[in-house]
Amino acid sequence: MLSPGRHLVLGNVACGEGAIRAGCRFFAGYPITPANEISQYMASELPKVGGFFLQMEDEIASIAAVIGASWAGAKAMTATSGPGFSLMQENIGYAYMTETPCVIVDVQRSGPSTGQPTMPSQQDVYQARYGAHGDYEAIALSPWSVQEMFDLTVRAFNLAERFRVPVLLMADGAIAHIKERLIVPEKVEVLERRRPEGPECTPFGTEDPSGVPEMPLLGEGYRLLITGSSHRPTGRRDDSPRYMRMKVERINEKIRRARREITDIAAHHLEDADLAVVSYGASARPSYSAVKRARSMGIRVGLLRLRTLWPFPEEEVSAISEEVRAILVVEMNIGKMVREVERAARGRAQVVSLPKVGGVLHTSDEILEAIRRLRQ
Amino acid sequence: MRTLRYLRERYVRELPTLFCPGCGNGIILNSFIRAIDQLGIPQDRLLCVSGIGCSAWIPSPYFKGDTLHTTHGRALAFATGAKVYRQDLVTVIFTGDGDGAGIGGNHLIHAARRNIDMTTILVNNMNYGMTGGQLAPTTPYGGPTDTSPYGNPEHPFDLVELVSAAGASYVARWTTYHAVELTRSIMEGIQHKGFSFIEVLSQCPTNQRHIFRIRAPIEELPTRILEMFAESTYIRGRPARTDYFYILPNIPAEEAIKEVNEALGGLEARARLVDHISYGRLIRVDSEEVDRARGILEGLKVTERVLGPLEGKVELGVFVKRERPEFTESLMNIIKRAQGC
Repeated sequence: MLSPGRHLVLGNVACGEGAIRAGCRFFAGYPITPANEISQYMASELPKVGGFFLQMEDEIASIAAVIGASWAGAKAMTATSGPGFSLMQENIGYAYMTETPCVIVDVQRSGPSTGQPTMPSQQDVYQARYGAHGDYEAIALSPWSVQEMFDLTVRAFNLAERFRVPVLLMADGAIAHIKERLIVPEKVEVLERRRPEGPECTPFGTEDPSGVPEMPLLGEGYRLLITGSSHRPTGRRDDSPRYMRMKVERINEKIRRARREITDIAAHHLEDADLAVVSYGASARPSYSAVKRARSMGIRVGLLRLRTLWPFPEEEVSAISEEVRAILVVEMNIGKMVREVERAARGRAQVVSLPKVGGVLHTSDEILEAIRRLRQ
Repeated sequence: MRTLRYLRERYVRELPTLFCPGCGNGIILNSFIRAIDQLGIPQDRLLCVSGIGCSAWIPSPYFKGDTLHTTHGRALAFATGAKVYRQDLVTVIFTGDGDGAGIGGNHLIHAARRNIDMTTILVNNMNYGMTGGQLAPTTPYGGPTDTSPYGNPEHPFDLVELVSAAGASYVARWTTYHAVELTRSIMEGIQHKGFSFIEVLSQCPTNQRHIFRIRAPIEELPTRILEMFAESTYIRGRPARTDYFYILPNIPAEEAIKEVNEALGGLEARARLVDHISYGRLIRVDSEEVDRARGILEGLKVTERVLGPLEGKVELGVFVKRERPEFTESLMNIIKRAQGC
């Protein structure tokens, strides 16, 4: 493990370190570029703190083992990239349905399919929201630096425990493989799992239709029925429309109602802006640089950086759409989150997409050029 | 011997079950419960993990203890995570042939390879029962199913050979007819340190009629199939009887048996109709003068073939029992090594 203080490390290493500091004691994964350094770090560091590293036979087994370990009491994580993230979707859905806290890191690479394994993208952002079948609300975070790989991994674990959900850290191949400064704090804020105290518990329901139930663990005498099938608040399988509706509404509402607590943005130079750039993850870096250059040319432009992709920071984007004339959405895909921005802007500001595919980051020149065009 | 009432009240969450009448799952639940009762394992130290399919419902919801009912084929992978983190939990996986050897086949061989200390009970009914009787990776060659209406063009897995080769350290096969042996095997499997695999051939009266070519009213099927399991299996290591053989007739066995009886005439011999797992309806001939009886019947017009006592039968018993380093222990050793002690 890294000592508190300054380090020069890879994004993937910062992610592993953040996980261990957040209390992760179980990791299961399958080799895939560009996520491998996370597994390697966990394989070397977890046993030192009494944790378990498992290399499973595939990504399906990896997320399955993570969910099993979580019910056994572990804070648990897996890390993968696009092809593996696709394979995991069914069991991620199981984690939503069974309200299992865990963390899934998707170090996004350029797709579809095998695509460009070593090159970054932000193409899985919709898969993070809609990848599993059925209705659920997702939490997905997007780090733009090595420091945020650490900070947001810690936050992912805390959110997972707070809401009893899988939390997705949507990193990308660029952030994962950048080496830059990481400050490991003396102490990180760690949220522990809320567990029932008495002999009775209702593992899958609360009186509040949008509440988060306390989570009992295996081996504590609760005689749990944990199932991905429709179930009553007790866990007993039950196909009736009433119970399925209660369940689906609650796993959606528990996140929707807490939207303000979850959503997180960073605003740069937006105070006096009449133009805004919306970006996230690695593509927010050239965006930031282009905004600063444009400012030096006298263009009043700011950057809104999404640290949570899901739930989408709708109110924040909506508020900005009232202040600015146009919004440029910079992302490493064919144009995805731009649709959410359009929806939130409701026509109050012009929304322009600046997509990029092919496995390379935007250059700040490209973004600056687009900002200048917005101005006209 | 515990009373049924004691076992039900203590270990069964609710009754009746939702299984089809005559299903083998009840026998397997019974054997499992008797095994843990005889071992004296407190039910709160047990974790039952299952996937999707009829087999998954044996523990969930019927076993009154912790149950993790997971996704199709993945029970072993879920169980691996839980077992590694809570090594004190006695972990038993219930899976089926489609769940465990079809969609979950990869997890099966890898759990066996790791030799993780868990017991897997694989209920093999040779078809996908819950979805209506489709072709499974265990359906016999040529067997008709819903999705092989002209006969199965594929060959079935021999799961005992598969899992043994993959590295499991306890491997057994029984049928629902052999409930006592099955109970003993579950006890052995749980006590064995390592990956224990027990295949149980089970009856599915709802879907097996065509696979086994049994023509009978549905209420007779459970007993017919159980008797077929008894007839067409033999137990490894037990001396085999040699005083009988089978006639595979070229006309329906019900008609052929008359001619067989006439031909046997004054011999010390008895012919009767039986079901055979590989050949369907046959005539079994038991005789003190087996060679003479055989000689007579070989030349009979209705005789297609004469089969020896073990031909086409399924071998049962304990196939593997060996010591290999166990996975969770190896992980604990890694922690010690990493911590430098």
